[in-house]
Amino acid sequence: MTIGVVVFPGSNCDRDVHWALEGCLGISTRFLWHETTDLSGLDAVVLPGGFSYGDYLRCGAIARFAPIFKSLVEFVDRGGRVLGICNGFQVLTELGLLPGALTRNRDLSFICENVALRVTSSRSPWLQARSCEEVLNLPIAHGEGRYQCSKDTLLKLQDDDSIALSYTTNPNGSIADIAGITNSSGNVLGLMPHPERACDPQIGGIDGRVILQALIG
Amino acid sequence: MGLKTLLKELFNWSSTSYKPRIEDYDVQQAIKDEGLTLDDYMEICRRLKRIPNRTELGMFGVMWSEHCCYRNSRNLLRDFPTKGPQILVGPGENAGVVDLGNGHRLAFKIESHNHPSAIEPFQGAATGVGGILRDIFTMGARPIAILNALRFGPLEDKKNIGLIKGVVEGIAHYGNCVGVPTVGGEVAFDSSYTGNPLVNAMALGLMETDSIVCSGATGIGFPVVYVGSTTGRDGMGGASFASAELTNTSLDDRPAVQVGDPFLEKGLIEACLEVFKTGDVVAAQDMGAAGLTCSCSEMASKGGLGIELDLDLVPAREEGMTPYEFLLSESQERMLFVVKPGKEEEIMNRFTRWGLRASVVGRVLKENVVRVIQNGSVAAEIPASVLAEDTPINDHELITEPPSYIREAWNWKETDLPISDLTGISPLNIKFKGKYLTWTDILLYLFDDPTIASKNWIYKQYDYQVQLNTVIPPGAADAAVIRLRPQDSNNSLSSINQGVAAVVDCPNRWCSLDPERGAMAAVLESSRNLSCVGAEPLAITNNLNFASPKNSTGYWQLAMACKGISTACQFINTPVTGGNVSLYNETRSESGDLIPIQPTPVIGMVGLVHDLNNICFPNWVNAGDLIYLLGVPLEKLPQLDNRISLGASSYLERIHGLQTGRPPELDLNLEVIVQTFIRKCIRKKVICSAHDLSDGGLAVAIGESCIGSGLGAEIHLNHCDVRIDRLLFGEGGARVIVSINPLNIKEFKQLLIDNQIPSEEIGFVTAEKELIIKHGNVKVVHTSIDKIKMNYLEAIPRRMV
Repeated sequence: MTIGVVVFPGSNCDRDVHWALEGCLGISTRFLWHETTDLSGLDAVVLPGGFSYGDYLRCGAIARFAPIFKSLVEFVDRGGRVLGICNGFQVLTELGLLPGALTRNRDLSFICENVALRVTSSRSPWLQARSCEEVLNLPIAHGEGRYQCSKDTLLKLQDDDSIALSYTTNPNGSIADIAGITNSSGNVLGLMPHPERACDPQIGGIDGRVILQALIG
Repeated sequence: MGLKTLLKELFNWSSTSYKPRIEDYDVQQAIKDEGLTLDDYMEICRRLKRIPNRTELGMFGVMWSEHCCYRNSRNLLRDFPTKGPQILVGPGENAGVVDLGNGHRLAFKIESHNHPSAIEPFQGAATGVGGILRDIFTMGARPIAILNALRFGPLEDKKNIGLIKGVVEGIAHYGNCVGVPTVGGEVAFDSSYTGNPLVNAMALGLMETDSIVCSGATGIGFPVVYVGSTTGRDGMGGASFASAELTNTSLDDRPAVQVGDPFLEKGLIEACLEVFKTGDVVAAQDMGAAGLTCSCSEMASKGGLGIELDLDLVPAREEGMTPYEFLLSESQERMLFVVKPGKEEEIMNRFTRWGLRASVVGRVLKENVVRVIQNGSVAAEIPASVLAEDTPINDHELITEPPSYIREAWNWKETDLPISDLTGISPLNIKFKGKYLTWTDILLYLFDDPTIASKNWIYKQYDYQVQLNTVIPPGAADAAVIRLRPQDSNNSLSSINQGVAAVVDCPNRWCSLDPERGAMAAVLESSRNLSCVGAEPLAITNNLNFASPKNSTGYWQLAMACKGISTACQFINTPVTGGNVSLYNETRSESGDLIPIQPTPVIGMVGLVHDLNNICFPNWVNAGDLIYLLGVPLEKLPQLDNRISLGASSYLERIHGLQTGRPPELDLNLEVIVQTFIRKCIRKKVICSAHDLSDGGLAVAIGESCIGSGLGAEIHLNHCDVRIDRLLFGEGGARVIVSINPLNIKEFKQLLIDNQIPSEEIGFVTAEKELIIKHGNVKVVHTSIDKIKMNYLEAIPRRMV
């Protein structure tokens, strides 16, 4: 089993995902430079946090044109699991693999803290090991994590049971307290909290492990 | 001396056949523009044996500024202890390096960006972070943590709110984007910083290369490679600008503030570490203050060789730049390398992969000269040693007696305060309008002091978790702790057990009222903070933020502070590995008065955590645990102890509106004994918590341990005739409160005896969320923890709106 971790020039959580997977969970990984198109031999792909291409225009707006994404879209179409964390979530919405968009936090400043999240749906493979309403504690660290979408999209997300995680106390003004969503088939998960930061008892608990374990499960 | 006389002297002075040219610039004006003196100009002419051209004069202007050559402070910095078995690299390189054992080597340094932040807070602070990170990875170390020491004017003034918001956002923008956690810092407020905030950034890095990359050029004929961002007209003359006082027209100097791009820096970090590991880069220097001028002359001078630089090959951001502009630009995210011949292409390819510029811009020369070429002709040529070595020193007379404001302050006595009774006092501060306040009211006021209160509003904006090694995050304990987990090797959870602790500290109020004691206290409190988390102090870096040295008081403050740092560092064996001097921190008010900042010698200290399983927090752990005060004991009349004082205390300032009195005497011996003891207790897991007594004295320290834990405390002070305010809020060094589980009390008491530690059991932890302090049988303080917590958490946010 090997998990691909996409690396943009401005990724800064790529090594963290690598550490969480290999160092904490014993799952092997392979870094994927954004210019590669070869996803062969991978069981799942993680888009880590960071600032992909500097994100001066809009988070993830430039990243979506990276060569790797043609292969990634095919990978998703074949049912491959893709996890987008923070900036990775932003890129997934820019790519259209997930609906909606992420905008500046309500209070306009960056927020780094540990938050409580409610498992809103355990339909997808990502959270099927947890039951609905269960609470996970995960760190957030973002300036543009306010999830926004149209009313119709929100209804569809709810109808499809695609809202995976929501904040118990909304830190950034996201619509319907949304912290993470899946696509309708459930193989793509995008979330603003950082599960890789909660895999290691020494620094922040282990509530994130369930999500990373699902990459191989 | 007039210019004519000067030139005449020059002609007569030199017997060389060199015929000086009459240059096409106004010498008087040019000297002024470059922040040089006529004496400097004469010295330059003497050294060059000719008149410098305008470009060369600009190079001297930046290289001979305080920022680059410490012309006002060098004499005072000489006495710092700089050696020790743990020191791998001392002052003089881009950063200091200490040996952590087990193959771990830590690079660290602090640097100021005060003046840029005063006029453009966001970019000023952001590029301050960028600059200090470059100092770290230039050595071959991956940055693993950022800390910062900030000073602002009171938040009651809207201007200061704008500054703090901009500065914090700037630090957050750069640090968060580049992926280095901001793990700690300190912030204090005083009206002297209005208009001249202080922004000192410290960075730590873990060496990833086998040998430490130094800056001295080697290899005659070796190519000189420029990497990173392009060179533009931004940040022109920033070093000279930083070395002058701020005035009403300083806003017009905004072009002297650079604009940072953390995205480029991120690539620069990765690409630099990649190429350094090949061993093909023989020297590296980042382009900070004074840009290309400084990097070329430093590399040439340190290597005893020369550098030829062809400006036509330097990647430029704009067209038509003059040599002067190229050489003095402070465009960010740029570095200069000397590389092995034949390896240029390979190295440059690594940089282009990261989207960065890289080009060969020159070569190493045998002759010790910096030669700059544009359009095929020589635009500047200066012996490197002339620029970078034996730079001028400004002699200042050191007054032998403390200045009058100090002598006046030292005459202040506690008896000048109103009578303090068992329930409270009528404060002198006019803001309370003579109203009587209870000790509980006063404690609540102190927790509402932004200098004492929680800084959560600030550090919440910093990504303090990225890299996944932050074991003690900002605000959680007396110092930050980072796990030592090299990113370039495969580790498993069980294999890593060591950490590095870091702290920045400066009691600026003490420094203003006694710079020597204040600076000593900065060192001692830093090491006390490290000891309280269980770390062994190793070394310091310092950032000396002072007013103008031209003024006898300013120079005296600087000299006394340096003396204090030397004494304390020597005593506790934490050598100085480098740092930064920032002078001229003063503003001219509209009425024309110069307002100097309080002397602020910020100490950045690093220490080693031998075992991450043995670290300690200030928070209480179990109800029923016993609370002990270690070190300087509570006083009992008739003997008052000079090691504790209300003079220069937070209480005196906040409650009585007085910044006066003399800070307490420092007991170096006791400090060492107590700190060593605390570390031993943490290692043996005998104590549950440890917290240093600082601003606000005993009562505030106890309150802080309650706030963090959600538990309460009941404290008993023996009945005696010492003033209650002195017992509760008196400040002094060598004092720590610890809590001990009753199961360990026997072992703890034995350790106290074995190590001859002055100690006193003062109370116990309670499950009720209340803080009670009794004096004899009378409750002198009684409050709910929620109340003090509310003040503590809301003090800064409520002032931000």
